[in-house]
Amino acid sequence: MTAALLFEQFLNGLQFGLMLFLMSAGLTLVFGVMGLINLAHGSLFMIGAFFCAAAAGLTGNFWLGLAAGMAAAAAAGALIEVTVMRRLYTRDHLDQVLATFALILILSEGTKILFGPFPLYLDVPPLLTGTVDLGLTPYPLYRLALIVAGIGVALGLWLLIGRTRLGIRIRAGENDREMIAALGVNIRALYTVVFALGAALAGLAGALVGAVQSVQVGMGEPVLILAFVVIVIGGIGSIRGAMVGALLVGVIDTMGRFLLPQVFALFLDPSKASGAGAALASILVYLLMALILVIRPKGLFPVHA
Amino acid sequence: MKFRKNALACASVLALGAGVAQADPVTVGLITTLSGGGAGLGVDVRDAFELALQMNGSDAIHLVVEDDGQRPENAVQIADRMIQSEGAQILTGIIWSNLAMAVVPAVTAQDVIYVSPNAGPSALAGAGCTPNYFNAAYQNDTMHEAAGQYANTLGYQNAFIMAPNYPAGVDALTGFKRYFQGTLAGEVYTQLGQTDFAAEIAQIRASGADSIFIFEPGGMGISFMRQYAQSGVDLPIISAAFTFSQDVLPAVGDAALGVINTAEWSPDMDNEANVAFVAAFQEAYGRLPSVYAAQSFDTANLILSALAAADISDLDAFRTAMRAADFDSVRGSFRFGNNQHPIQNYYAREVVSVDGVLTNRIVGTAFEDHQDVYAADCAME
Repeated sequence: MTAALLFEQFLNGLQFGLMLFLMSAGLTLVFGVMGLINLAHGSLFMIGAFFCAAAAGLTGNFWLGLAAGMAAAAAAGALIEVTVMRRLYTRDHLDQVLATFALILILSEGTKILFGPFPLYLDVPPLLTGTVDLGLTPYPLYRLALIVAGIGVALGLWLLIGRTRLGIRIRAGENDREMIAALGVNIRALYTVVFALGAALAGLAGALVGAVQSVQVGMGEPVLILAFVVIVIGGIGSIRGAMVGALLVGVIDTMGRFLLPQVFALFLDPSKASGAGAALASILVYLLMALILVIRPKGLFPVHA
Repeated sequence: MKFRKNALACASVLALGAGVAQADPVTVGLITTLSGGGAGLGVDVRDAFELALQMNGSDAIHLVVEDDGQRPENAVQIADRMIQSEGAQILTGIIWSNLAMAVVPAVTAQDVIYVSPNAGPSALAGAGCTPNYFNAAYQNDTMHEAAGQYANTLGYQNAFIMAPNYPAGVDALTGFKRYFQGTLAGEVYTQLGQTDFAAEIAQIRASGADSIFIFEPGGMGISFMRQYAQSGVDLPIISAAFTFSQDVLPAVGDAALGVINTAEWSPDMDNEANVAFVAAFQEAYGRLPSVYAAQSFDTANLILSALAAADISDLDAFRTAMRAADFDSVRGSFRFGNNQHPIQNYYAREVVSVDGVLTNRIVGTAFEDHQDVYAADCAME
């Protein structure tokens, strides 16, 4: 094993983590501000990818597709908030899980009806194809761009939450929703905006990742599960926690998949080591979550400490 | 309800009188995946089956189609319902080995015939073989054995091999290794449903391999190929048809060009049945058929041929007619071995672009008249 390989794997982990952050940021905002468990967040990821692929296919321009994907996800998010979610804020979490699970089924089949049952094609924009030489190893330019985009969005969110009026309202909403309603903030509009913002981030992640993955029905659910792990690790409602949690999950998952089979290979034959390593690697992030919950039951950065 | 149905049946038999007994259509239940991420495969299976019935023009089959959602528990319930309330005497359609394992043993034990248009788990080919189970597609290992064999032909010495960590993935690597004579630069199991292969591609880059064998069906293969194309690693890839069949090729895009994959069928096969099938499929559905469609088309014609030769009320005669496999297969030659799995040729196909559409064409033969290794463990003769 060389330094080059370790370095490349670290970059891979970083990139995976940043994409997870885009998913988790919206999820944790919605959970933190509105107290809502939204299982359909993965469907918004899927909607972003499908509309990006369809628009890019029609226009031949990836960037137009990206905008279309984000806009479609935000619009779907706003629509869902107004029609369904509003009725769920006062209900308990089990009702929310049931209703948003139904949304997953509806959105999945709706997507299939709209776009057909076969996966769509979405290619990396010509500007970002190929590899760059990072000294130690060549690395795909597109993945590097994903890292930059992830950091950019994180900075933007940080500014939005910390430096703008909307950010103040969001933070206030997390702390005491009755009080800010009493102070004259239109809480219903704020909820719709937050939900659409989270949806747009999920759509952005779906569209970005869609260029190097299969754009297919059900693509959001595996990411959704990891995003939940991320926000539980980070502390529900905390953007900073989502960032740290996402990077932890991304790097540990990538490194585990790569290193564990090699560790097992020290005392098992290669075929068995590969199977055992892969099996353990697949539960590694859940072990991490369990461990962190034992030490910090409210996550790394609890909002209501 | 049941009584009324029986009464009606009696009445209709009486009404027909003692004259020539007009054979009622036999109900065939097609259970396949029509929703979720794997829906493309099931849609091809359903469409090709219906096409075969149309082209045949026979009304010997009354077809009932249901969606299993790729869930074993759904498939089991649907199978029960089809047998009990719809009176299905033949079932078919299942894509996935885990669903087939949940359905086939229970169904065949009730003397219902099951004909597999795709899945071929080893458990049903060896000691678990049964007279009521026919596989009209392939035994799982054989496609990958063909890839291993053809890797030798291509002169590959040091392969990096990769598959998802589930039974069919383990079978795939086992099958490949059974015939591949070179060394392994690496053997990696990925997670089922994995979407990011950066970690694996980095290992491939560092492994010093001269070739890659992958079995990553459906969305996994699409993701892997897209990322591989961007990675700057440029080793030849060999695979079995699943990862490069017609249902995923448009989504993989040009990254798939030149990949060698093995299968028992290819859209460019030049026999009369296949030329007619491919043309009719394109005409009816506006797309090229996948290997799943071809297998389903053969499944339908196999069942029709047996129904024409024997009455299904005489199960022994019907099974004999099925075993004879007296139909024009789109694969050219097709016959059953003792375990009622095919003995057939396996070809190496290359992904090419024809008029801007990605498809496969045959570039070589991996095996002639190849039979699976499990047949030896099957007690049937």
